Amino acid sequence: MAWVNDIIQGILIGGLYALFACGLSLMFGVMKVVNLAHGDLAVVGGYVAVGVIAVTHIPVLWSFVIVVPLMAVLGYVLQRTVIQAALDRSILTTLLVTFGLSVVIENGLLQFESANSHSLGVNDAIITSSFSIGSQISIAYLLLLIFVVAVVVLLGLQYFLYRSRYGRLIRAVADDQEAAQLSGIDYRHVFGIAAAIAFGTVALAGIAYGMYSQFAPTTGTDTILLFAFAAVVIGGLGSLWGTLLGGVILGVSQAIGAQISGSDEFLAGYIVFLAVLVLRPQGLIARRSTS
Amino acid sequence: MSEPEGRGDAWAEERGTSDKGRRRLESAPEASEPIIEVRDLTVHHGQLRALDRISLRVFPGEVYAIIGANGAGKSTLLRTIAGLNQPTEGTIRYDGKDVTRIRPERRATSGIAMVPEGRRLFGSLTVEENLQVGATYARTGPWTIERVYELFSWMKDRRAQRTEQLSGGEQQAVAIGRALVANPRVLLLDELSLGLAPVVVQRIYGMLPQILASGLTVLLVEQDVSQALRVASHLQCLLEGRTTLEGKPSDVTPEQVEAAYFGLRTAPAADGHEEALWPGSTTSSRGS
Repeated sequence: MAWVNDIIQGILIGGLYALFACGLSLMFGVMKVVNLAHGDLAVVGGYVAVGVIAVTHIPVLWSFVIVVPLMAVLGYVLQRTVIQAALDRSILTTLLVTFGLSVVIENGLLQFESANSHSLGVNDAIITSSFSIGSQISIAYLLLLIFVVAVVVLLGLQYFLYRSRYGRLIRAVADDQEAAQLSGIDYRHVFGIAAAIAFGTVALAGIAYGMYSQFAPTTGTDTILLFAFAAVVIGGLGSLWGTLLGGVILGVSQAIGAQISGSDEFLAGYIVFLAVLVLRPQGLIARRSTS
Repeated sequence: MSEPEGRGDAWAEERGTSDKGRRRLESAPEASEPIIEVRDLTVHHGQLRALDRISLRVFPGEVYAIIGANGAGKSTLLRTIAGLNQPTEGTIRYDGKDVTRIRPERRATSGIAMVPEGRRLFGSLTVEENLQVGATYARTGPWTIERVYELFSWMKDRRAQRTEQLSGGEQQAVAIGRALVANPRVLLLDELSLGLAPVVVQRIYGMLPQILASGLTVLLVEQDVSQALRVASHLQCLLEGRTTLEGKPSDVTPEQVEAAYFGLRTAPAADGHEEALWPGSTTSSRGS
C-alpha cells in the first residue's frame, strides 16, 4: 500500500510540474523561444506574492488575483521589448537573452532579498490538513488543490486557444508569421499576448510552489526550470495535455525513486527524462503533425 | 515545376481564343489615378540586386500581370509591395499615399491583400479557421466567408478539415478565400499556378472574372505566360530584376514576349539604351 500512496503523491505533484511546464511549452510553441528564465520567473512570482501579501494583507490563497495580472503585464512588456529584439536577430539570440535574464533575476533577488528561503504560509486549516483513504493513503488538501488548479488552467488554455478569436490568432501566428501579417495581424502583439499568458501561468505555479515548499533566489534554475523542461520533453513539445502527462510521469518516477532509496528521488526522474529523449524524442504525446 | 513545352505556339493559340475575355477586361477605366504606383524600386537580397529600378502603375479595375522566368524578381516585387521585403531605394504609393515604410499588417488592413507563393496556409488550422483569421481585421465589403463558400462550392462541406489534408488546388482556393474575406481593394496573386496541374490552374483562373466583378484590382505574378496573357489587361515582363517589356497584351507579339522573357535580343534597341528593349517599355508611356 505504501507504493500506491507514493504513486498517488507522484500524480498530484505532477500537477504542479505541469503548471510550471505549460508556460514554457506555450512560449516555445508560439514564438520558438526557449525561455531559460522561466524558472526564475516562477520565483519572482513567489517573491511578488510575498510582497503583495505583506502590503495588502490579502489571504495567501487569493494573492494570485493580484500577482498573476502583474506578471502577465511584465510578460507582455518583456516580450515586446527584450525578447522581441532578440527574436529579430535570431532564434539563438533568444537563448542568450533569456539566459542573461535568468542571471540578472537570480542575482537581483540575491542582492535585494538575500539568500534566505521564503515560503507562503497558508493558515487555512482545510488547506494545511490532509485526509486519509484507508490506513496507508494520505492526501494533502493543498496538493489536491494544486492538481485541480493545474487541470483547470490547462482546460482554460485549451478553451482559449481553440475556441476564442485570440486563440485562433495565436495558433495562426505559430503556424506562419508572414502569412499572418498578410492577414493584417501584428504578430508582435500576438507574441506579447502569448507571453502574458505564459507569465501568468508561471506566476500561479510560483505561488503554488511557495505554499507547497519553499523558495530562494536560486530555486528557479536549480529545480523549477529543470522540472519544467523534463515535463515538457516527456509529454511532448507543444502539447498542452502532454505537459500534464509529462508532469505526472516525472512526479511518479520521482516518488518511486524515493521509495527505492531516498537519495535517488531526482535521479529516477531524470532517467525517465533521458529514456524518453532517446526512445521517443518527440515526446509521448507528439504535437499534431506539422509539415 | 512542369513548364509546358512548345510555349511559343501555345501563346499564339491562347491569344487567338481568348479575345472575348480580354476585351471585357480592357474596358477597365484607366483615366483615374493609379491605385498602386511603384517608382524606381530597388531591392537587394544580401549582395544580390533582385530588383533594379522597377516602376509600374496599376489602375483601379485592372488585371496587371507581371511575367518572367525563375529568378526574374517577380515574387520579390510582389512581396515588397505587400511589405514583406524592404526596398533599398524607391517608393511604393497606394491610393496616393506613400506606404514604403508602412508595416505589412497595416498595408493589409488598409486594403492590400496577398495570396503568397506556395499558398502559406495555417496548416494546423481548419479551412474555416483559415478564413476566420483572414476576416479578423477585414474591411467592410462584399466578401464574407459564406460568399467564399458560394464561390468554391466544395469548401463548405470540408470546412472542418485541417488544410494540411487538402490537395494543392484546394489549398490554393482556401488561400484565395482567405485573402478575399479581408475585402481588399488590391489583390496580389503570387504564382497561383505553381505546382498545380494545368486543369486545376485553369479552374482557379476561371474564378477570376467572378472575383473581379466585386470591384477588385488584381496584380499578379506568373511564370505560366499563356495563363497570364489570357487574363491580363496589362503586361510587364521582368528579366533579372529589370523591365524588358511592357504593354497591353493586344499590343505585343508572342515573339516580343518570348524575347523579353528569355532575354533574347532579336532586335537591337533603337537608341542603344539597354533597358529599353522594346517600344513602350517605360511607364512614362502610360497615362498619368
